[in-house]
Amino acid sequence: MKIHEYQAKDLLKKFNVPAPQGNVAATSREARQAAEELAEGPFVVKAQIHAGGRGKGGGIKVAATFEEVEQMADQILGMTLITPQTGPEGKVVNKVLVEQAQDIAQELYLGMVVDRASSRPVIMMSAEGGMEIEEVAARTPERIFKETIDPAAGFFPYQARNLAFGIGLGPALIRPATSFIENLYRLFISLDCSLAEINPLVVTKGGAMLALDAKLDLDDNAMFRHHDLAAMEDPDEMDPMEHEARKHHLNYIRLTGNVGAMVNGAGLAMATMDLIKAAGADPANFLDVGGGASAEMVANGFRIILGDPNVKGVLINIFGGILRCDVLANGVVEAVQQVKVQVPIIVRLEGTNVEQGREILAKSGLTFTVATDMLDAAKQVAALVA
Amino acid sequence: MSVLVNNDTRVVVQGITGKEGSFHARACAEYGTKVVAGVTPGKGGQKMDEVPVFNTVAQAVAGTGANTSLIFVPPAFAADAILESAAAGVKVAVCITEGIPTLDMVRVMAALKDSGCRLIGPNCPGIISPGQAKVGIMPGHIHRPGPMGLVSRSGTLTYEAVHQLTLLGIGQSTCVGIGGDPIIGTNFIDMLQLFESDPQTEGIVLIGEIGGAAEEEAAAFIVQHVSKPVVSFIAGQTAPPGKRMGHAGAIISGGSGKASDKMAALTNAGVTVVANIGELGRAAKTLMGSRA
Repeated sequence: MKIHEYQAKDLLKKFNVPAPQGNVAATSREARQAAEELAEGPFVVKAQIHAGGRGKGGGIKVAATFEEVEQMADQILGMTLITPQTGPEGKVVNKVLVEQAQDIAQELYLGMVVDRASSRPVIMMSAEGGMEIEEVAARTPERIFKETIDPAAGFFPYQARNLAFGIGLGPALIRPATSFIENLYRLFISLDCSLAEINPLVVTKGGAMLALDAKLDLDDNAMFRHHDLAAMEDPDEMDPMEHEARKHHLNYIRLTGNVGAMVNGAGLAMATMDLIKAAGADPANFLDVGGGASAEMVANGFRIILGDPNVKGVLINIFGGILRCDVLANGVVEAVQQVKVQVPIIVRLEGTNVEQGREILAKSGLTFTVATDMLDAAKQVAALVA
Repeated sequence: MSVLVNNDTRVVVQGITGKEGSFHARACAEYGTKVVAGVTPGKGGQKMDEVPVFNTVAQAVAGTGANTSLIFVPPAFAADAILESAAAGVKVAVCITEGIPTLDMVRVMAALKDSGCRLIGPNCPGIISPGQAKVGIMPGHIHRPGPMGLVSRSGTLTYEAVHQLTLLGIGQSTCVGIGGDPIIGTNFIDMLQLFESDPQTEGIVLIGEIGGAAEEEAAAFIVQHVSKPVVSFIAGQTAPPGKRMGHAGAIISGGSGKASDKMAALTNAGVTVVANIGELGRAAKTLMGSRA
């Protein structure tokens, strides 16, 4: 789960990780009030969307006075911000964060993730602040310093010292850097983060270390023990159809093509998208109705797929394992009758009781095209939407 | 021969009195697997069908000689269940549960390190050695005993591949779903090692997907250590970056974890990579030639 910068910074402060003073605002008037509370300028007005590269798209502006804060907020709020990470459609800005601007002496990078290969948390630091870490890793990997944490022993300060001295911080900064890293690690573990990234972590001309930006991704699987964090989710940031699908416990991701796909199992769903593409069409979505899909799940899946006006045809690809094909075929027939499907449907059924399943589809009186195998199904649906 | 599970496998099902646990414990027993015990804390002394239920895994192991566990415990308690298995001396723990917090798995993996217990999963369909034992949720009847070892990060995609192999007359030694989570107990390399040294296994099917670098690591291992033919498919060639495709581990992030990179690495390692899942069975048939 992604959260906004202002939410991340609130969490940082709770864990004694220093960040600039700031207030969030949803209107330009509120933005002005936010600046007035901070009292002393200059200020920075920052668009709050779940994507990086906001500055390049005009989503971050500096303001000298309260009036300018109001003007800048007025420009940013409601705009559709396009950054390298939003995609060409961009994202509408509903909130801005107003902060005191900082006198920056140095920009650093600090990140924490769980490394898949070692199954351990890794802390990364580099002196190349403000740049994407992937870019630094590709160009100058020797400039990234890493420390792996033993989960049984936990974090030790020497690891922070290795990082801080490694990137070349001066002696006066070692102590603040060590406590910054240690506190952020405590946050990372306590809040079940999948990513904690401070980029840039700035050293001010006054010698303070501050999280100028903050990105925290939280582990969806751990939300059951963080109800307060789950409440931070911003539905405006989600595709409305993806949001709807989640309510029905369906794994749905909207894509840009015109072939709707309904599949059981995440791997098979991805493989089906690949097949559609290989057959010369484009998938409109990823949808996994689950290894043990029910008739109700299938019906909900249909409703969501067809809610996308781009969809010109639907490919149903089900491998009936534990769940029998006859049960599934009944579910599909029921769903198609309920939802009143107007586009052609190609069904590929395989697995347990496949013969009965195909018979149910054939006898339903509905116009399904039953495909013999996956390749056939993909070719047929591609031909229909072409 | 086969790997991980066989005729000597004695299974304890953790969470056996739950809906999923009882359903699949029955299906495993019907397949011929020796399901010797169940565990549900507080329900010790009861029976599920003819299977005795114990309060702890330690009691189940002491009472029945169980050596393998099959875990259907909800995500919040699954880490606990895995480590309870390991502490009780279980050799192979198969965790079906989807949705375990990543940092729980970090602690589990550290604790399992010197335990002598191999974890399969979590978020996986389990293991089957056709004709011998099924320790998982896969449909048993699509499998046939034979020479092909199969390892996959996905459940239904594994069934799909097995189905194709069986239709073409290619049986399987052991099929293992290693799980769709970012942190898993057994990875491709572990399985490649087991298949390479298993005399029954003559060829290997490796099914990967986007996210992480496990396929690239497997490719490097194959070059050095695998003499048996390998055929592979990678799911998610059309997946957009930054989106989690169902599985917690299936995400392209920061330009890494792309299907194309994985396919290239495997191809360079001499693996037959099919771009299309529908062609996997036939590719395996061609590769195995007269052996299958």
